[in-house]
Amino acid sequence: MSKEPVAVVGIGQTKHVAARRDVSIAGLVREAAARALADAELTWADIDAVVIGKAPDFFEGVMMPELYLADALGAVGKPMLRVHTAGSVGGSTALVAANLVAARVHGTVLTLAFEKQSESNAMWGLSLPIPFQQPLLAGAGGFFAPHVRAYMRRSGAPDTVGSLVAYKDRRNALKNPYAHLHEHDITLEKVQASPMLWDPIRYSETCPSSDGACAMVLTDRAGAARAPRRPAWMLGGAMRSEPTLFAGKDFVSPQAGKDCAADVYRQAGIADPRRDIDAVEMYVPFSWYEPMWLENLGFAEEGEGWKLTESGVTELDGDLPVNMSGGVLSTNPIGASGMIRFAEAALQARGLAGEHQVERARKVLGHAYGGGSQFFSMWLVGATPPDS
Amino acid sequence: MPEVLKAPLVVEFPFTRSVGPVQSAFLTGLRERVVLGVRTRDGRTLVPPVEYDPVTAEELRDLVEVAPTGTVTTWAWNHEPRRGQPLTSPFAWVLVRFDGADTALLHALDAPGPEAVRTGMRVRVRWAEERAGAITDIACFEPYEGEGAGEDARVGRGEHAGGAAAGARHSGEFEDAISGIVAPARLDYTYSPGRAQTAYINALSGRRTVGERCPSCRKVYVPPRGACPTCGLATAEQVEVGPRGTVTTFCIVNIKAKNLDIEVPYVYAHIALDGAGLALHGRIGGIPYDQVRMGLRVEPVWTDGARYPDHYRPCGEPDADYETYKELL
Repeated sequence: MSKEPVAVVGIGQTKHVAARRDVSIAGLVREAAARALADAELTWADIDAVVIGKAPDFFEGVMMPELYLADALGAVGKPMLRVHTAGSVGGSTALVAANLVAARVHGTVLTLAFEKQSESNAMWGLSLPIPFQQPLLAGAGGFFAPHVRAYMRRSGAPDTVGSLVAYKDRRNALKNPYAHLHEHDITLEKVQASPMLWDPIRYSETCPSSDGACAMVLTDRAGAARAPRRPAWMLGGAMRSEPTLFAGKDFVSPQAGKDCAADVYRQAGIADPRRDIDAVEMYVPFSWYEPMWLENLGFAEEGEGWKLTESGVTELDGDLPVNMSGGVLSTNPIGASGMIRFAEAALQARGLAGEHQVERARKVLGHAYGGGSQFFSMWLVGATPPDS
Repeated sequence: MPEVLKAPLVVEFPFTRSVGPVQSAFLTGLRERVVLGVRTRDGRTLVPPVEYDPVTAEELRDLVEVAPTGTVTTWAWNHEPRRGQPLTSPFAWVLVRFDGADTALLHALDAPGPEAVRTGMRVRVRWAEERAGAITDIACFEPYEGEGAGEDARVGRGEHAGGAAAGARHSGEFEDAISGIVAPARLDYTYSPGRAQTAYINALSGRRTVGERCPSCRKVYVPPRGACPTCGLATAEQVEVGPRGTVTTFCIVNIKAKNLDIEVPYVYAHIALDGAGLALHGRIGGIPYDQVRMGLRVEPVWTDGARYPDHYRPCGEPDADYETYKELL
């Protein structure tokens, strides 16, 4: 028996900001979930199960969100489960929810991811003082910057590419009312003049720290038929993992990322992603990851990704827009960041992205990764159901 | 086999919590010696109050005041109070249903011994002398012989035994309402790095770097993990690597990280020690930061008493060819 097609019929997110001191975590997730239900014109009673994801526990000190947030998410008397894959969690949470629908376990599933970075300190959570171990010597960006240098060496990319990505994403964010950073006076010169924190990464090429939540309502064919607005359809979805560190690990283009993308394309019948996919919302916490992921995801040959960025292909009005929402560079509630990518892909496929809508976005890729390039999750969503 | 290393690991952080409107009223109320609950549409009163109805998922905002007296619905004796618990001498954990409430709140009961505690017994709040808008504003509960004393209250729905205010609607508005709390979390572990890393750390004390080779893929892991993460096989063959190595990639750190006493700018590098199957991380010194490059050949610089090399410095050899280290970035 073939899988049940999965439709996205509701999307909701909070206005992402540095600190939401006016709400509890329960209030924050409620806001996103209520908006997703309103978009789908459904009530709590229409939801069969809840699948929730969040950042690693130490990041905000909430160890059992599925327990703590059951009331706020209307999960009482229903299955509720939690997914945990570091920074990619928002993506893998959506995929676990989607698989419950695809397997016909549940008809309609609410999936949600969140983080209140303001209540903790992610850098502390990432650098616990483990006895006998050498302390991390470089801070957050210090983990990523050497990989960026490795990419520059391998590809021969000019050192201007990172600033181009940041400038593009921050301008895209101005068109997205939910984005955290709205830098109305952004210029390329300002990005290029921002301090070099972890050379080769500049301040303006890094992501902010945000409070926010994102929710989606996923449903089956019958649910989609009742939906008040056009759904997005899942055409393929996959997750892959690999160790954070191992001999032969390629941090610039991890094998797990390549394999994950290939699996999604196989499911969706994508022969040439550059030609067949209309837009991409990918997880870019530091601007240089745009050209790196363009190669890892098969949109460019190895060493060529930066040319797409440099020639304007990834601009909002380019041939392959990337990070139409403004991306992680503009909004980063870590636990929710993966789901925001997935939701933006669905929003585009539904034609409901508003000012940052890409024209004729029929097939859109959502991508998330996390944990030292250890976990990958992706989905391809389309404007029409699979096999139609 | 030498003894495996062990050390205490304390994971501790003062998480800050925005409490939202309902908990703000509840906690600020405690500061003012007022116990607030929240009323559901079907007339139940929940204490402690919650923001969303546990049955219907409706948003709840109708606050009511309940009496500072109540009934124990169940309990457990705590023989040995731990750090941070409400009382320092043995006490009972109790669920107390306040008079006027339909749900119970977890707290401590000050009682001389377990024989003095019963389900159904009457208790009242003992307020803390100094209150700040926190659950600890209730210092604990204590046996209460006042109104209704002498006979156990029913363990069904609580009787209203409080003053005139009990059961009355409350706006939840207070002067200087609190909006957040600090919720310190602390976990005490005994950490052991295990057999393989213990051997590695012991070798470091002799300024030697010893990894382990995978019997299948032949890669040498530094530090060793006791197993190859790719092949899934146990590793046992010890292999000394280094002391020299190659800078495979790096960044220049221009901002001071918290808790790190290193002058910026400095170079943080991935260093593949000769013979190792993957790079480890270290600081590069002994050369201006802007002259560090991929392929630079380096050697460790030790300081007395340190477990790890303080940093690595150029060893004078010609740079390594990119082809020799391109898979060790």
